Amino acid sequence: MTDKKEWPLWEVFIRSQHGLAHRHVGSLHAPDAEMAIKNARDVYTRRNEGVSIWVVRASDIAASSPGEKGPLFDPANSKVYRHPTFYEIPEELGHM
Amino acid sequence: MSGQDALFEYLLRLGDNALILGHRLSEWCGHSPALEEDLALSNVALDLIGQTQLWLNLAGEVEGKGRDADKLAYLRDARDFRNLLLVEQPNGDFAATMARQFYFDAWHYLLLRELTGSKDGRIGEIAAKGLKEVTYHLERSRDWILRLGDGTEESHRRMQAAIDDLWMYTGEMFESDEVEQAMMREGIGADLSSLHEPWLGLMRATTDEATLTLPQPGWAQRGGKRGMHSEHLGYILADLQFLQRAYPNAVW
Repeated sequence: MTDKKEWPLWEVFIRSQHGLAHRHVGSLHAPDAEMAIKNARDVYTRRNEGVSIWVVRASDIAASSPGEKGPLFDPANSKVYRHPTFYEIPEELGHM
Repeated sequence: MSGQDALFEYLLRLGDNALILGHRLSEWCGHSPALEEDLALSNVALDLIGQTQLWLNLAGEVEGKGRDADKLAYLRDARDFRNLLLVEQPNGDFAATMARQFYFDAWHYLLLRELTGSKDGRIGEIAAKGLKEVTYHLERSRDWILRLGDGTEESHRRMQAAIDDLWMYTGEMFESDEVEQAMMREGIGADLSSLHEPWLGLMRATTDEATLTLPQPGWAQRGGKRGMHSEHLGYILADLQFLQRAYPNAVW
């Protein structure tokens, strides 16, 4: 092989037997999406972990930058009232 | 040959195909072109070894001489193995491994599909379990034929060479001898000749799509099913059986 180019990186998301949402489980290399799903099946569902697989090209994921952590997340620190724990739930409602 | 003897032979053929191909694929472990492919090939190998255990344990039960899958796998000599010549062929390059796999998977799939309707319920059950695994094996190996055939100039050349080189080992898959005919008559085994057309259909469709040329029917190598093997099997067994031979009855 003259062309030693690496396959692109894919992020893998698996929905487990009882889970409602797909969760990020890791990443792998594959030449295209179809192959990425097959590889994900072989790398990440060997022990019955999942019922559905999503793959996304790692380069297509837009991520927040760690440097902006302060401005992005600190303001929420002082706003405990956003948690619903302060509200009294009428007994008739039972569990929500 | 009594019905029980034929059934024993038949089960050995099923088990030995899975065992020898599973072993061959396991030789790739740690050497595959990519980590993802390494795991995928090992998964297929492990599926086949799992099927081996089921077939050979049943064979031992039918034989009734106290041999289980381990004894049959580790303590028979080459002449007593009943696998097809195809599955003992060396791994070669990745194209050769995939061509061997595709030829076998397509046949294996058609065979197991027939065997799910076997009059022997034990065979039907093992076939049904194996069929799910083999459906995926076939999808994967077919995919690689397409990708490598219709890939780069280099991958096309290697893929074409691989399907040409292994072609002469495919004829044996569709020939029935007295064992297979006896099993077919009793409704236990499959009619191997009836698998040939659907197999060829899949081969033609795949090689066309992959821009490859399917070889013409020609002279076929045969003998594996009757214990006449190529020199490769001896080396496989030396590797596979060394521990049991050097340390008899060792368990782990």
